[in-house]
Amino acid sequence: MMTQITSAQAAILAINSLALGGLLFLLSSGFSLIFGLMRIPNLMHGSFFMLGAYFGVTLLGWGTNFWLAAVLSGLAVAAIGGVIERLLLRRLEGQVLPQVLLTLGLAFIIADICLMVWTGDPYQPSAPSELRGAVTAFGMFFPLYRLAILGVAVVIAIALWIMVDWTRLGAMIRAGVDDPPIARVVGIKVSQLFTLIFCLGAGLAAFAGVMGAPYLSVYPGLDFEMLPLALIVVILGGAGSLLGTLVGSFIIGFLYNFGQVRFPGLAYVILFLPMLLVLVLRPQGLFGRNVA
Amino acid sequence: MIVKLRYAAIAIALALLATLPMWVGNSYYINIASQFLLFAVFALALNVLVGYAGLVSLGHAGLFAVAGYSGALLLQAGFDHLAAIAAAIVITLVASAVFAALALRSTGIGFLMITLALGQIVWGVAYRWASLTNGDNGVNVSTRPAPFGLSLASAPSFYFATLIVFLLAIASMAVFVRSPFGASLRGTRDQARRMNALGYNVWLIRFLAIVFSGFWTGVAGLLFIYYNQFISPQISALTSSAEVLLMVISGGTATLFGPVAGAAIVVIMKNVVSAYIERWNLVLGVIFVVIISFMPEGLVPGTVRLLRWAWGRLQAKPSAAGERPSERPSERPSEERVP
Repeated sequence: MMTQITSAQAAILAINSLALGGLLFLLSSGFSLIFGLMRIPNLMHGSFFMLGAYFGVTLLGWGTNFWLAAVLSGLAVAAIGGVIERLLLRRLEGQVLPQVLLTLGLAFIIADICLMVWTGDPYQPSAPSELRGAVTAFGMFFPLYRLAILGVAVVIAIALWIMVDWTRLGAMIRAGVDDPPIARVVGIKVSQLFTLIFCLGAGLAAFAGVMGAPYLSVYPGLDFEMLPLALIVVILGGAGSLLGTLVGSFIIGFLYNFGQVRFPGLAYVILFLPMLLVLVLRPQGLFGRNVA
Repeated sequence: MIVKLRYAAIAIALALLATLPMWVGNSYYINIASQFLLFAVFALALNVLVGYAGLVSLGHAGLFAVAGYSGALLLQAGFDHLAAIAAAIVITLVASAVFAALALRSTGIGFLMITLALGQIVWGVAYRWASLTNGDNGVNVSTRPAPFGLSLASAPSFYFATLIVFLLAIASMAVFVRSPFGASLRGTRDQARRMNALGYNVWLIRFLAIVFSGFWTGVAGLLFIYYNQFISPQISALTSSAEVLLMVISGGTATLFGPVAGAAIVVIMKNVVSAYIERWNLVLGVIFVVIISFMPEGLVPGTVRLLRWAWGRLQAKPSAAGERPSERPSERPSEERVP
C-alpha cells in the first residue's frame, strides 16, 4: 500500500496541498468566525460552498468573467445567508440544539434543491483562460491555477487579519467572541455583528466554492464532503482563531494530498487523526483560548 | 385514572403489535413494521443521550454501522451467527467507549461537532477503505439466523424476532429511567456542576450512558443487517444520524415512548414519500425546519398544543387567555461545564 514519492512528485503534491489548504481556509475562516462569535455550529457551511459553486457554474455558462462570477456568487449566497440568519436563526438565539437542527434541515433542503436544479451530473468549469497554463521552475511544471488559488487565499487571509486585528469592527468582533454579554453592555450591537459575520462566512464559503470548482469539480454530496473538513480545521485550529484556521487548513491540505498517495484507502480517515490528537491533548484547539 | 388509561393504552398497543402479521396480510407492510421496530430500538438508544443525558450525538449512525459492518464481515468470513453477533456487540461496545472518551472532551456544541466528525470517520472507512469494506458495493449477509431452530427467513417470523428485541429494549429503558443511574444521568443533564459537588463522577456517568446507548445502537445495527441482508456506506452517512435524531426529537425527547412514536412517523413517512417522489431529503429537511420553528417540543406534543390552541380560539371566549403557544421551549441549563 505504501508508495515511494520522488522529489518531483513531492513538489507537485506540495503545490496541490497549498492550493487545497488555501481553499479550506476560505471555507473554514467563516465557519470559525460564526462558531467563535455566534456559538453556532453552522451545518449549512458545506451547502454554502456547494451552492456558491453551482451559482458559479451557471454564471460561467452565461459567459460571465470567472472572477466576476466568483464575487457575484459570493454576494448572492451572502444575501441568502443573511436572510436565513435574520428570519430563522435569530428566533433561536442561545438555543444550541434547535440552531444545529435548523441548519442541518436547511442543509438537506439546499442539497435536494441543488440536485433538482443542477441534476446529478458533475460539472467542472475550466479555470480562467489567463491561468490555464503551467509555470516551469526548477525543471518542473506547476499548474498556474492552483498557485492562483493559494494567492487569493493569502490575500483574503491578510484582509481578514487586518479587519479583525486592526479595525474598529474587528475589535468589536473580538469583544463579541470573548464575552458577548459584556460586549453588549458596552454598547456593541452584537446582534448586527452576528448577521454581518454570518453573511461574510456564507459569502466566503460560496466564493471558495467557485474558486474550487475547476479544481475539485461540483457534484451532489460536495456539501457534506466539505463540511467535515471545515469542522476538522476549526477543531484543530481553535474556534474563532483566524491563525488557527490558517494553520489547520494547511495541515489538512498537506495531509490529504500526501495521504492520498501513500495510503489511498485511508486518506480520508487520516484527515481526522490530527483532530483526535488535538482533542485529547488540547481540547480548545491549537490556537483557541476558550473551550468550546 | 390516568395511570389506568396509560396501562390500557400500552396493553392495546402490545396486542396490536403482537397480532400485526395476522391482520396485515401483505409481507410488504409486515416488513415496514419490522423496519419501524428496529429503528425504534435505534431511536430509544439515541434518546438515552439526547433526552436523558442532554448530549446530542450526530454520529450515532457511525456506531450503528460499526455493529452492522462487523457483523456482516464476520459472517462473510465464515463465523456462525452467535459468534458474529457476540463479537459485533463487543466491537460496538469498544467503539462506543472510544467514541465516548473522545467526545466527552467537550459538552454542548463541542460534543455534537466531535460526534459528527467521528461518524464521518466511520463513513470514510466504510466508503473509501474498499479492501476491507468493499466500498460502495457494500457487504451481503447471505442468511438470517435460526434461533432454537426457528427460521427467521419469512417476513412474519423476522417481525416477531424484532418485536421481542424491541420489547427487551423498551423494558431495559424503563428500568434504566427508574434506576438510580438514570436519575443521576438526568442530574448531570440539568445540574452538572451541582452533581459534581455532590460527589458524583459526572464524566463516568456520561461515559456509561454512551456505552449503554452504544449497546442498543449495536443491537439495532445487527437487526438492520439481518433485515436488509445487506449493508452499504449509505447507512453510516450523516443523513442517517440526522434521521434518527429526527425520530427522537419529533416524538419528544426524554420520554419513554416519544422515540417510538417518532420512529413510526419517520419510517412511515419515508416509505410513503419514497413511493411517490424521490425527494426524501427535502421532506426530511422541511420537517426539521418546521419542527424547530413551530413546535420545538416535538411533533406529537406540538400538534396537541397547536390543536388545543386552535380549539381554544374556536371557543371564542376572549377571557380564556393563557392558551397561546409559547415561542420558546423551556431552556435547559445543559451548557454547564464541569471543571
